[in-house]
Amino acid sequence: MKVLVPVKRVVDANVKVRVNADNTAVDTANLKMAINPFCEIAVEEAVRLKEAGVVSEIVVATVGPKAAQEQLRTAMALGADRGIHVETDDSYCALSIAKILNAIQTNEQAELIILGKQSIDGDNNQTGQMLAALAKLPQATFASEVSVADGAVSVTREIDGGLQTIKMPLPAVITADLRLNEPRYAKLPNIMKAKRKPLDTVSVDSLGVTLGEHQKVISVTPPAERQAGVMVGSVEELADKLKNEAKVI
Amino acid sequence: MTTLVIAEHDNQSLKADTAKVVACAQAIGADVDVLVVGANCAAAASEAAKLNGVSKVLVADASAYAHGLADNLGELISGIGADYSHILASASSLGKDVLPRVAALLDVAQLSEVVEVKSDDTFVRPVYAGNAMETVQSLDAKKVMTVRSSAFDAVASDGNAELVTLDTVIESQVSFESQSLTESERPELGNAAVIVSGGRALASSENFAILEALADKLGGALGASRAAVDAGFVPNDLQVGQTGKIVAPDLYIAVGISGAIQHLAGMKDSKVIVAINKDPEAPIFQVADYGLEADLFDAIPALTKLV
Repeated sequence: MKVLVPVKRVVDANVKVRVNADNTAVDTANLKMAINPFCEIAVEEAVRLKEAGVVSEIVVATVGPKAAQEQLRTAMALGADRGIHVETDDSYCALSIAKILNAIQTNEQAELIILGKQSIDGDNNQTGQMLAALAKLPQATFASEVSVADGAVSVTREIDGGLQTIKMPLPAVITADLRLNEPRYAKLPNIMKAKRKPLDTVSVDSLGVTLGEHQKVISVTPPAERQAGVMVGSVEELADKLKNEAKVI
Repeated sequence: MTTLVIAEHDNQSLKADTAKVVACAQAIGADVDVLVVGANCAAAASEAAKLNGVSKVLVADASAYAHGLADNLGELISGIGADYSHILASASSLGKDVLPRVAALLDVAQLSEVVEVKSDDTFVRPVYAGNAMETVQSLDAKKVMTVRSSAFDAVASDGNAELVTLDTVIESQVSFESQSLTESERPELGNAAVIVSGGRALASSENFAILEALADKLGGALGASRAAVDAGFVPNDLQVGQTGKIVAPDLYIAVGISGAIQHLAGMKDSKVIVAINKDPEAPIFQVADYGLEADLFDAIPALTKLV
């Protein structure tokens, strides 16, 4: 069984970003970039399914600039078999990304598609669901446990208030939540090996998708700053401030 | 121009989120209809009909809709959506699951976690864990968006909307297996006036009892950082943060939480923030209105006695 794992290049989760001077975008120049943490969890899950003998091939795909090949190599160092790079310097909304991925899925016919539930830059949480809708596939978002058996996949999902388990026929789309697994660290020999794994570069046009303009960013501004607070010296002082100054209890 | 709001409910009653999303819908300025989709959801529908300013409540009541599965709900809502200019849902696990499917089926983009309405096509939403606020204009004919309910005040329940029954039943390709929901007498995280949240420093599931005692005394909810949930101290649905619950209570007490940016993203809009931590360098102190450098195992029982 083949699994497709779309991944995204984002600013590293430990970097605190700033808005640029003319308030048009977040300044990402010279920042450390990485594979989106949720995408890494998705790759790890695919690798575990391969190690368990359920999956035979893992294809990773990304849409982004030339440098995004680094993230495909990272995924291949973790255990993915080959990469597809849709090279573009344009930035697209989730719907357009989903259309591109749907074109890849039409070619690849993967039985399982695993994505991260959201990217930590746009915080959209849309791509997997949109891809599932376009490909007319069932979906299980926010997965914390996945098991494949007899042509179906059972997924435990993290929902408001607790957990839900659903079962889907394959092919299907899954989006990974934080607690699905803890991704491994790539070992040096695997990083070397990943450099020789096949990586196809294609253009958006060659996939035959037509993309529209859906949104326009008017401005990007820093969030409202909180006023500096005070340190209190004791529990008694804290209780007093909460009762008499903030009046919240 | 009419806005459709997807209700959040458990069939018996409407969740507070719905009244907040209706407030966002009213800020857009169009008429507002509400869709209640569920199984045996008449009670929730009649509550929705009382929401201020709602014209119609559409009710899709069928066993196929019992478990809020995304594929058939997406198809149902995108069908109904043909008649609407805006389709809104809470940025809850249900809204996040279903609405992007609706948008894709309608061939429009989606705006996630809207916190402010600028006009009927321009909205503000946080990106990068709330470290930047993006003002976005939608160029699509229909606007599909999830709403961060903590950014809006609930509308009153003094209305009397017309109830309209929908007969469309669409089956899901997915089969529901099981569900385990956390039973709690405490208010829901998204709706609590006070939240007491614990982090890794709590060190065990049992130690959360001291936070529960404080939360109960204040009539508040219990929350947690990702570290505490990952360590298995508390269930996943208590996680506050960028990818967990986003909350904005009157009082947020962060106990033994260092304050990673991902956690701050979930609580920094709280009105008053208290941080109690042993480490004076913990970043949580930078957003706190009141900071107390102390051992939580001494401070929390003492605070519980004083409030």
